[in-house]
Amino acid sequence: MYGLKKDWVMEKRPRVCVLEDYVGSEARWCPGCGDHAVLSSVQRVARDLQLPPEKTVIVSGIGCSSRFPHYMKTYGFHGLHGRALPVACGIRSRRPDLDIIVVTGDGDCCAIGTAHWIHAIRYNMNITVLLLDNNIYGLTKAQTSPTTKRTERSNTHPRGSFFVSLNPISVTLGIDNASFVAQTVDWNPPHLYETIKAAHEHKGTSFVRILQRCPHYTSHIFAEAQRDSSLMLLMRHPEGINVPDAVAKTFKNQVEHDPSNLNEGREIASQSNGVYPIGLFYKNPQAERYDDFTSYGLEMGPSAEIEAVNEALDRFMV
Amino acid sequence: MKQPAIETTTPSTTDSAKLNRRTVQQHIVEVVSDSGEGAQTCGQMFGTVSAKMGNGIWTVEIIPAEIEPPRRSSAGASGNRIRLGSNPVTNAGDTADVVIAFNEQVLYSRIDGGALKPGTLVFLESVWAEDPQEEVRNAYQEALADFKKREFEVIEVPMEKECLKHTEDPRRGKNMWALGLLCAIYERDLELVHGEIVKKFTRKGKSVVNTNLALVDAGFNWAKENLSYRFEVPVVGTPEPMVVMNGNQAVGLGAMASGMDVCSMYPITPATSASHYLASVFHKAGGVVHQAEDEIAAVGFALGASYAGKTACTITSGPGLALKSEFLGLAVMAEIPLVVVVVQRGGPSTGLPTKIEQGDLLATLYGSPGDSPKIILAAATIDECFHFVITARKLAEQFRGPVIVLTDANLATGQQPFKRPVIREEWLAPPIDQSQWDSTVPPFDWDPETGISRRPIPGQRGGEYVLTGLAHGEESRVAYESGINQRAMAMRSRKLAVLQNSLKQPKLHGASEGDLLVVSWGSTLGAVEEAIDRVREDGGKVASLHLRFLSPLEPGLKEIFGRFKKIMTVEINYSDEEGEPYITPTTRRYAQLARILRDHTLVDVDCWSRVPGSPIPPGAIEAELRKRLNTEN
Repeated sequence: MYGLKKDWVMEKRPRVCVLEDYVGSEARWCPGCGDHAVLSSVQRVARDLQLPPEKTVIVSGIGCSSRFPHYMKTYGFHGLHGRALPVACGIRSRRPDLDIIVVTGDGDCCAIGTAHWIHAIRYNMNITVLLLDNNIYGLTKAQTSPTTKRTERSNTHPRGSFFVSLNPISVTLGIDNASFVAQTVDWNPPHLYETIKAAHEHKGTSFVRILQRCPHYTSHIFAEAQRDSSLMLLMRHPEGINVPDAVAKTFKNQVEHDPSNLNEGREIASQSNGVYPIGLFYKNPQAERYDDFTSYGLEMGPSAEIEAVNEALDRFMV
Repeated sequence: MKQPAIETTTPSTTDSAKLNRRTVQQHIVEVVSDSGEGAQTCGQMFGTVSAKMGNGIWTVEIIPAEIEPPRRSSAGASGNRIRLGSNPVTNAGDTADVVIAFNEQVLYSRIDGGALKPGTLVFLESVWAEDPQEEVRNAYQEALADFKKREFEVIEVPMEKECLKHTEDPRRGKNMWALGLLCAIYERDLELVHGEIVKKFTRKGKSVVNTNLALVDAGFNWAKENLSYRFEVPVVGTPEPMVVMNGNQAVGLGAMASGMDVCSMYPITPATSASHYLASVFHKAGGVVHQAEDEIAAVGFALGASYAGKTACTITSGPGLALKSEFLGLAVMAEIPLVVVVVQRGGPSTGLPTKIEQGDLLATLYGSPGDSPKIILAAATIDECFHFVITARKLAEQFRGPVIVLTDANLATGQQPFKRPVIREEWLAPPIDQSQWDSTVPPFDWDPETGISRRPIPGQRGGEYVLTGLAHGEESRVAYESGINQRAMAMRSRKLAVLQNSLKQPKLHGASEGDLLVVSWGSTLGAVEEAIDRVREDGGKVASLHLRFLSPLEPGLKEIFGRFKKIMTVEINYSDEEGEPYITPTTRRYAQLARILRDHTLVDVDCWSRVPGSPIPPGAIEAELRKRLNTEN
């Protein structure tokens, strides 16, 4: 090129990650599955925030939604049923530099992994948790999950479920030290995108329940809410989930809710009028973070470590 | 005051001319009290001071399962056995030479456990003779008569009466007074004792320290004036600097010296004190102890840290191991390094939480579903509790998978001196690699010969992969073709064969060939070797082989077995006895190592195993060996 040497390069080329940099194997979820929408939202958030793929880890358990890491081109940990959260907390304990996103389902999180869910919220390490809740066990073919509504039929309860369903939002809001609790739906991409983005930007454990359609087993459950937005309640606030006005306009039911008001968040979460509230129930950026404690001593070098071991050993000298 | 019903040696003022001084090569001392009266502290300090004076020691804790069981009950006995010797002591020995008992009922628990013999010198708290309750006075007198029948040499000691001169709460002071008594008759250096007391009680304040110092001095002076016994255990000094600690402290120090970042645990007896110790010092070496919400989360947290390139361990016992087994299978499948220390206790189920058993070998070996080959080491000494954690961390990284270190309740709480390790920088884990990864190299780049591969760490650009517990090939993609699974299984299994090839043949203790070979593992080392030595003194052609690697096994076993007429294992786990109802050669279930050896060598390896909830004394092993040799002839 005229005026430039043949081997000219810019000293530093800014690295730009494009959407393809986050796209892994072809997603094998059923056509029409709500998980596809969550995947593309996560990929777009990652791109828009320019998360380095090598510094991003998606951790999951077992279930349809837990196949998620395979479809990202980042680091991933597709582990055991119900156990994504302890693994994610372990990763976070000594790696403040990574972005960690947990993808879990209603069986994975709210049944077999319940203990870890409660305690991970309490630990409040900097992790984004996406609960993809389709009200059913999909991968193992239609068994009742903790969020399956009472009287809904499944292969384990062919005459209808006996159990009163569990509300993951009110449970999470009941755990001490919860710091970010939100709900969104897979069929509203702008709201989904903004919620995931806000969750990622929160420093602490952000818990996002995503109502997610299963076209195979529970297609009827959210169908009406998808058709008729009056079956949803949009929570709005400058400190809440920031959706464009054009999107907000489509919601007939709206409420002004300050996410620092825990009791009001709990009230909205536990209303039983068949309306799905979406938005941010609660946020507390001041909540104690366990990773502040576990990352102690990361910078210690070998000589300091050896000195510490020698000092400890000397206390046992004969 | 009622007169004692029987005649006992009455304490009388002694002068040096009347001293009954004996020199012994080794002696076994026990201190037993109600739980909460501090006999364990007394025993530990006596052991530590003896070690500091240059004696070999081995201590065993006598532990009830509850924190405060009923007083004056056999089930509530708590205390310590200290075997001290001129030379290094390798096991707890047979019966006690000297026992201090804070009441007669706790002594019964030791009698039932076979810990006493005719002639054992018993110092018995005499306050019960004047107890306000008649039944207590009667029980005491009955016991005194019984002890005489059993031919113990009982000396009644006014512990409480003497302690009341220095403290209002003699229940909390008797242990120090008893320590003073022991130090007088074993002629321990009182300055060293004072040092231990200051170290132990400084946190509780000056007045506590002073009371304890006064009590120990009082016990010491009382014994000097009133007891004629003096036992001298000569010291064969070692030029090497030594440390003395218990096995759980050694495990904690080993974790630190290996450069661990994270110890993730859930409380479980008898493993927890390793984490207690670690929590008190780990931060100084930049490490963190995570107390998880359960055993499963504990191992999951450790695996997460390890996946992210940090070094992690989890410390547990049998029931915890069972809960962790699914995660251990994932560590094998996804080749994540992890150190798991299993401090074995009695099983199955809750079993004997505070007591020793070697019952978890098969559970560690086969406990996960499918074929999950993993490396298993068993520490035989306190020294090895320290060093094996360091070895395990290296093996876990090198062979990319979980490494299990088995110890047991005996090692966990027992104290033994060993050569002070010289900490080396190469023991520490290197900093994590964050350099660019060659993206043409897959995350499981198995060497076709060895199955060994290097792993990418999150943060390494070009190495992005999804770890999965599903069957997978080199790329860590889900394997849908059957050939991939076959190959991946072979690669994970191959690593054990490679490790076995790098191990040395184990060394025999005793005859190099002969009539009977004993194979053992774990904390039975000292007792087995002592039994072998005793039988060999009488010309028995016997030897023992103590294994440290249990998976893979150390090489050359079949060749060694070929040099002996009979092979048997001695283990602290359950096996059927031939001759019992329904037990035939076809129905008999063997001890755990015996099963593995039979499987591995096709040699008809026999076994002798017991589950008494305590270490097997050398005398019991010796008797069994003699029986087997006689049957042979």
